[in-house]
Amino acid sequence: MSQRTLYDKIWDDHFVAQREDGSTLMYIDRHLIHEVTSPQAFDGLRQNSLIPRQVKTVVATPDHNVPTTDRSKDIEGIKDPISKLQVVTLNDNCDEFGINQFKLSDERQGIVHVIGPEQGITLPGMTIVCGDSHTSTHGAFGSLAMGIGTSEVEHVLATQCLITQKQKNMLIEINGQLQKGVTAKDLTMFIIGKIGTAGGTEHVIEYAGSAIENLTMEGRMTLCNMAIEAGARAGMVAPDEKTFDYVANRPFSPKGSDFDKAVKYWASLKTDPDAIFNATYSFEASEILPQVTWGTSPEMVAHIEDCVPETRKDDKTIKSALDYMGLKPGTKIKDIEVDQIFIGSCTNSRIEDLRAASKILIGNKISNRIKRAIVVPGSGLVKKQAESEGLDEIFKSAGFEWRDAGCSMCLGMNPDQLNEYERCASTSNRNFEGRQGYKGRTHLVSPIMAAAASLEGKFMDVREI
Amino acid sequence: MKNSNLYSGEFACLEKANIDTDQIIPKQFLKSITKKGLGPYLFDAWRYNDEGYLGKKLADREINPDFVLNKSDYEGINVLIADENFGCGSSREHAVWALKDFGINVVIASSFGDIFFNNCFKNGVLAIKVSQESLNEIFKEQKENFQKQIEIDLINQKIKIPNIKSINFDIDDFRKNCLLEGLDDIGFSLKYESEITNYENKIKKLRPWILND
Repeated sequence: MSQRTLYDKIWDDHFVAQREDGSTLMYIDRHLIHEVTSPQAFDGLRQNSLIPRQVKTVVATPDHNVPTTDRSKDIEGIKDPISKLQVVTLNDNCDEFGINQFKLSDERQGIVHVIGPEQGITLPGMTIVCGDSHTSTHGAFGSLAMGIGTSEVEHVLATQCLITQKQKNMLIEINGQLQKGVTAKDLTMFIIGKIGTAGGTEHVIEYAGSAIENLTMEGRMTLCNMAIEAGARAGMVAPDEKTFDYVANRPFSPKGSDFDKAVKYWASLKTDPDAIFNATYSFEASEILPQVTWGTSPEMVAHIEDCVPETRKDDKTIKSALDYMGLKPGTKIKDIEVDQIFIGSCTNSRIEDLRAASKILIGNKISNRIKRAIVVPGSGLVKKQAESEGLDEIFKSAGFEWRDAGCSMCLGMNPDQLNEYERCASTSNRNFEGRQGYKGRTHLVSPIMAAAASLEGKFMDVREI
Repeated sequence: MKNSNLYSGEFACLEKANIDTDQIIPKQFLKSITKKGLGPYLFDAWRYNDEGYLGKKLADREINPDFVLNKSDYEGINVLIADENFGCGSSREHAVWALKDFGINVVIASSFGDIFFNNCFKNGVLAIKVSQESLNEIFKEQKENFQKQIEIDLINQKIKIPNIKSINFDIDDFRKNCLLEGLDDIGFSLKYESEITNYENKIKKLRPWILND
């Protein structure tokens, strides 16, 4: 058999049929659902008298719209009636179709891309979809995980298959050692800065090399989370011992002889040595410095020692981004002052992120320039774990607010938003116009860079702390 | 629903790269639980000078007169032409529902976000990739001659704009048929019921952790 990539192998193992129109039906192993992109899909099922084909492969949780303060009143605590209706609708749909849901009051509730891996729902070699572009996160486990639209959500519920076409293979190889203070977040932002937000379009990215092997599972999740920001619908890392150890003994993961059988299969998924990629990039890990975005697209990124670009007269894109961001061309990144700090999102809200950020804050106070600093754990269980380690106390003593789990200020569908013209150091994944609040200004950074910025009220080099 | 082969009409240009779906339809409108009624909020933060919310009436909005879709010349357009990587970012199908509700049934760009591109065809919106050169030619023709007439011949895969040489485009057969025949995707896939069942029976043995309890 010819030499195949990790993606090729998962593709082959999930091939169901070629439709007469030339597209492929790919079998879907796990389907994650949240309240924002599912209501219209369930309506479609009802209109056509359909039911989910494999209801046990579906798991739901409310995350985008949920408040992160005071869960004591459960759904009644959602003040915005339209947000509340969406969460109620998810409850009704899950009850009607018999879908397993971690409800708002459940301690396992959280951001869908945090709870999948946490519960062992996400496993290597699987095909995983969710009506959310950051589904690419799950590729950290060597699964093929893709964001889909609502029509596709309906199609997958009804048929357990996705209509798709084979994507191209892209290899991004990072060798060497990341500097102290440089994280998976900096790595993924650096890559986007190099290949651009359309660099991975129509490709599946496989990340490989010694720097990737050395990342923790949490780091790999951060890396793959932002594959979509490089234009790739999916990013992947080959599963290894670290992966198998992570998934072992989680509530949904296989047990006993099934687990042994699974590991044997998972270990076979590595890209063959002579497999061919359509595109290849290679970077040296030690050359990467802490990253900060300065514009309105994730590719508009600089390192901490750098400046916002000078604009040429003909460069409308940079000029319009700097206008929106309220920045003068040539401003030093270290001179940019921020108003808010957000530590959270499906990119950076896992226990490792909170441990690292809290370490910077021990015995320190946030600057009085900061109007608000919040930490939003990725799940109820991450929150519980952090509290058992006393991290909540460190954050609170430094001046951070300690919140409940959800997507929160990554996209501000709930009340956690920036005010007009406020500037935020954010551990989320998108610095698009208005993303965190109407006319709000987002700078994407790692959790430790966000924590460092909270101390001075402006960006600083976390390597110097 | 069958579509005719010809998409004749008028176009407007949004000459900007990397327009993400957050711009096409901002987050506050994703709270809708239906597909309808999003047209008034298409490009909300660019189209109005005030912050919008679901249900806010047009009479209460401050229109941004500089935004292309607010100019009287472009009233009633059905084709939107944008720069590279149009529809990148979030998977929100609401972006396509908003375009469609506004009256746009064709989007043309030199490249698209993958998920947005798929979502277009699921809703009968034709998304066409053309070369950057062709795109620049169209931008120029509109700027210099105030051109807005366009005809798209889907069967022959041609875009015709007065004063410009006809532009050929590629499209996958399955997407083309989907538009021309107005296929019911789920109904079509369910014709493969026996293949799906055979696959499931196979993996229950090979990878029992996927479907078994």
